[in-house]
Amino acid sequence: MATDTHSAAEAAGPGMPQLDITTFSNQIFWLLIALVVIFFVLSRVALPRIAAILAERQGTITNDIAAAEDLKVKAQEAEAAYEKALADARGEAQRIAGETKAAIQADLDVAIARADAEIAAKAAESEKAITEIRAGAQEAIREVAKDTAKEIVAAMGGKADARSVTAAVTARMKG
Amino acid sequence: MSDGESLMADDAHGEGGGLSFHPMDQFEVKSLFGGDIGMFTLTNVTLWLALAVVAVFALMVLTTSKRAVVPGRGQSIAELMYGFVYKMVEDVTGKDGIKYFPYIMTLFMFILCANFLGLIPTSFTTTSHIAVTAVLGFGVFFAVTILGFVKNGAGFLSLFWVSSAPLPLRPILALIEIISYFVRPVSHSIRLAGNMMAGHAVLKVFAGFAQVAAIAPVAIIGVMAIYGLEVLVSAIQAYVFTILTCVYLKDALHPHH
Repeated sequence: MATDTHSAAEAAGPGMPQLDITTFSNQIFWLLIALVVIFFVLSRVALPRIAAILAERQGTITNDIAAAEDLKVKAQEAEAAYEKALADARGEAQRIAGETKAAIQADLDVAIARADAEIAAKAAESEKAITEIRAGAQEAIREVAKDTAKEIVAAMGGKADARSVTAAVTARMKG
Repeated sequence: MSDGESLMADDAHGEGGGLSFHPMDQFEVKSLFGGDIGMFTLTNVTLWLALAVVAVFALMVLTTSKRAVVPGRGQSIAELMYGFVYKMVEDVTGKDGIKYFPYIMTLFMFILCANFLGLIPTSFTTTSHIAVTAVLGFGVFFAVTILGFVKNGAGFLSLFWVSSAPLPLRPILALIEIISYFVRPVSHSIRLAGNMMAGHAVLKVFAGFAQVAAIAPVAIIGVMAIYGLEVLVSAIQAYVFTILTCVYLKDALHPHH
């Protein structure tokens, strides 16, 4: 019977093969097989795999963003630490400079004081020595002058009065 | 039916004059190795359904075999298909429709691949056959109807009782709703088969006109234009079939208006 209808349909030429009922069972049978195969291929292999790929990508992106966020925070922390270290170092340097300056100033003051004292002592000594020398010199000059005056007077044939010579020399030396 | 066939045959031969027009030959189911066509005979239907399966396998499985985090071309297409249908199911049916996503995806991938394979010259378009699309359409119809009653019990009938309409109108609307509900699988399947068949037949008719030298350039340009249109129609019909399936599924899951 199938053969009859089929040949009839072919004989009809360009009719509508879609309406040839004899081929329906064949089409439906193979269609159902194809659909079942596609369904299993998709539901068992393709769709879980693509879902996994998309999830993995989403995870990767999320992780990367989180990592970037972490790194940013770390960078900020590092910057803060650097700033702090810099400020500390600057403070420390200023403190050290201050201390050093104070220590030097103290040393300097002590040294200056000592030097002043020494200078004063030396100056006093020198003053004393000069005074002595000056006193010695005047005495010597007076003696020399007295002697010289006596000798001169004697040489001129006179007798020198020791007291008047001394008085004259003393008066002269004061002048 | 035989009257209609002979009439169409006469028309085709009549208008062609000396030309030979066989726009419907491409839809003939033929046995691959000769002999009668029984249920299990290997026919061109078998061949092109198998090629559709191969195409789906190649598109969705082979391209994703590398599981690259940064996708290549093939994997991008597979992901695009996945995302497109997934979003469609999610948008139309809501979160609880997601578990039917593999079924919808099966329908979409099959129809899309079958439609595009049918555009290869001298190929056989499985989705141009009403037997094929009717199985799809009625399959969806019975699946969503059974699902609707299983999920909602008798509450599924509230789909036909438009509670937002004025009370006197409701029985009339219910009648219309019921008729439209039962027309769904018919329109669902005939829309697809009709689009495919008409487009391919028109291509063949234009190709037939190319036999006359005088109008051959026009006919060839026509073939090219119609072919471009058919590429569009192939994708759109796959989309339409799928989104309508989603809409029907939504009605089954949430029958209340």
